[in-house]
Amino acid sequence: MPETLKPETPEQVRDAVRWSAENKTPIELIGHGTKRGMGRPGNVGHTLDVSALTGISLYEPEELVLSAGAGTPLSEIEDAVANSRQQLAFEPPDLSALLGHETGKGTLGGTIACNLSGPRRIKAGAARDHFLGFKAISGRGDDYKSGGRVVKNVTGYDLCKLLAGSWGTLGVMTELTVKVLPAPEKTRTVLIMGLDAKQGVAALTRAFHSPHDVTGGAWLPQSLATDSGASYVRDAGASVTAIRIEGPGPSVEYRCQALRDELAAFGPTEELHGHNSGRFWTEVRDVLPFAKTGDTRPVWRISVPPQAGAEIVDGLTAEIGSDAFLDWGGGLVWLAASGAETLTAETIRTAVAASGGHATLIRAPEELRAAVPVFQPQSDGLAKLSARIKEGFDPLGILNPGRMYAGI
Amino acid sequence: MLKMPDADTDVIARREEIAAALREIVPGEGVITEEAERRAYETDGLTAYKQLPMIVVLPETTEQVSQILRYCHENGVRVVPRGAGTSLSGGALPLEDGVLLGMGKFNQVLEVDFDNRCAVVQPGVTNLGVTQAVSHKGFYYAPDPSSQIACTIGGNIAENSGGVHCLKYGLTTNNVLGLELVTIDGEVIRLGGKHLDSEGYDILGVLTGSEGLLGVVTEVTVRILRAPETARALLIGFPSSEAAGQCVSDVIGAGIIPGGMEIMDGAAIQAAEDFVHAGYPVECQALLIVELDGPETEVDYLIERVRETAEANDAMTIRISESEAERERFWAGRKAAFPAVGRVSPDYYCMDGTIPRHQLPHVLKRMNEMSEHYGLRVANVFHAGDGNLHPLILYDANNPGELEKAEEFGAEILKLCVEVGGVLTGEHGVGVEKRDLMGTMFDEDDLKQQQRLKCAFDPASLLNPGKVFPTLHRCAELGRVHIRGGQTRFPDIPRF
Repeated sequence: MPETLKPETPEQVRDAVRWSAENKTPIELIGHGTKRGMGRPGNVGHTLDVSALTGISLYEPEELVLSAGAGTPLSEIEDAVANSRQQLAFEPPDLSALLGHETGKGTLGGTIACNLSGPRRIKAGAARDHFLGFKAISGRGDDYKSGGRVVKNVTGYDLCKLLAGSWGTLGVMTELTVKVLPAPEKTRTVLIMGLDAKQGVAALTRAFHSPHDVTGGAWLPQSLATDSGASYVRDAGASVTAIRIEGPGPSVEYRCQALRDELAAFGPTEELHGHNSGRFWTEVRDVLPFAKTGDTRPVWRISVPPQAGAEIVDGLTAEIGSDAFLDWGGGLVWLAASGAETLTAETIRTAVAASGGHATLIRAPEELRAAVPVFQPQSDGLAKLSARIKEGFDPLGILNPGRMYAGI
Repeated sequence: MLKMPDADTDVIARREEIAAALREIVPGEGVITEEAERRAYETDGLTAYKQLPMIVVLPETTEQVSQILRYCHENGVRVVPRGAGTSLSGGALPLEDGVLLGMGKFNQVLEVDFDNRCAVVQPGVTNLGVTQAVSHKGFYYAPDPSSQIACTIGGNIAENSGGVHCLKYGLTTNNVLGLELVTIDGEVIRLGGKHLDSEGYDILGVLTGSEGLLGVVTEVTVRILRAPETARALLIGFPSSEAAGQCVSDVIGAGIIPGGMEIMDGAAIQAAEDFVHAGYPVECQALLIVELDGPETEVDYLIERVRETAEANDAMTIRISESEAERERFWAGRKAAFPAVGRVSPDYYCMDGTIPRHQLPHVLKRMNEMSEHYGLRVANVFHAGDGNLHPLILYDANNPGELEKAEEFGAEILKLCVEVGGVLTGEHGVGVEKRDLMGTMFDEDDLKQQQRLKCAFDPASLLNPGKVFPTLHRCAELGRVHIRGGQTRFPDIPRF
């Protein structure tokens, strides 16, 4: 009979995995379950809830490292590092509102396991780039660890990279060590109003080609800008192209002005300061334009070369009647699709194939996630290699089986 | 000397036949069998280790690499991939019964895509060559290992190379977007591209730093960045390494991540000053170079804050660069530290551990004790921001037993690094050099799990065997499933 096990120590996690392995019963790994609605629906037996593995066990601001239990809420970690004026520079999103969950509950383990990163990814790297070490239990019920608690380390294979974005299919992480970085003293956002997607990406490209150290570049069509909590964006009455500048005070002011001068040819510019700037980037990060009550449209996350972003938006908006906005200077398309859904998946993937990249179905009812590939289908060689890697970590296929791909 | 895998005498006996087969794949002069020519490949940057390869092959196309690997796979022949051979850990050390796969002819920049901020290059392009291909438009490739004039991008991928700027800009792994990979069975697999992040497992990520054990890279897409508007440096002398270390902690604690932060100890300061006359304060026990880069207003602002921090930490001398020439002069001694030490000693052995920075005084003290114990001098240069230590052990290989003593000393230092919470290698790789120390950092289960990853790529262990792992397990043995203690119901786990 399926059971929910909630171990309180790493040893108990190991015992639970061994027991499942012995019985060859698949287990679903959860923290607070905020990401349960993502990925392929699997045929799982027991549930292994690691949300009791909490607590920051090491935080040394001057060494830029923090270790915590896998079930530690991200909000707890963000509060702790904020006290030392630091942050998780990959800007982890909270997709709870998008997925219909209570916000602020997501765990460190879940965030890293799904390699979730926000707008600053374009500048500071993804979750995987800030993941320094872990302890985990393999599908064999063996403890294993990788990495360390220092920011520079090339000892042995970098299994952190493999575990980040493996969606719990390669091990049950019990403790993680991440890099933390200073939070910026000041943040401002330059807005350009009224550009279409193509012009928007051109402006963002110009900004990223400048020496002004841009840490975010997004474009919202008028239809989505209207719902922003930042008044300049909401009242723009036009599409909004946004460029974020962070750093020490005098530098931010200088660079903001320099950027406005350089981008003046694209159209009228505005500036968001402190609170409004923060609110706007939270909306982009957490995909709030598609998180309104009653919006149940399937949502896709599409990663492409930055220059392909506008074409994807324009092409798919025309073809399947979608809403979309851009992050990462054009390289990340968030798209809410309407219409015949299985057909939509094919259309989206065909569009992505033209430029290279991948599309992941982030929000959709279970039936749709069962009917279409949630993750970008892989070439035969890559798929086989992935299957062999899975086998090396979880030979019985008991850890979140099928969550990413059939057999993985 | 470290023991390498036993040579397969059957393979060596078939040497002519193997060479002939490889000539079918790579015509002309791409297959080298003459001893004098093979000699050029017998060692890499870890010159204490030498081994003549059985055959050297220099392919020019991905298709040739694929055919070579397929042939070797089908015929049970071991393969050692090599870029420019600058590895300091013996990663490209050949095998007596192995084919050395030299990737030097893959030396083309294939595409520069400024709009998407990336460049597509062949693996034999040098690290500096990438920057040179994009610098005319004000861009550069961030990782800058000190061997950047010679080392190749393919080798950088294998070793996950760093450099002095990596605290701020990341290692190789943080700057690679895509790879074309050939696995030992000859399969060509493309990973990533010009977009960010992986659709499935981050195989690109785990390939980076895998030291040539998982596959051969034939094409690389790297991120290029707009070069910082300006860079300025401070040259700060301290009465002790504690004070220098504390200054670094305070700078980072104040929320500043400099482009580079380097500490040199007294011995290294003296050697460097004698060699390049950079004007280093030789009376100081520790020298700290801090480089700030970025927008001009920001650099000027931060320079002042670092200066204040240095003053608060009892700095004896502080100089701030007022020109590009002066900034380069500050760096001249640090960049020449290795050859400078080479001048005062017939040989030196460069170590590469990382420690939590607050352990620096303790580690330096212990190192001085070891130096006395072994009767060998040591000079230290230190990537202070990220805790990456490069002790240089001075020895004379002509004195019988001194190399062995230096190696023992080095191993002691690395064990100490692990003991204080650090790691065996920050950027040079494990290779053969630190292979037998892996057990100080990882237990048997950790190492087995790493080797199971190897098995997924190369089940017959033909690619670069003898590197990284102290014990080679057979994949069949590693694949066996035996659940320890799985029968128990463990009533103490809360259930719902």
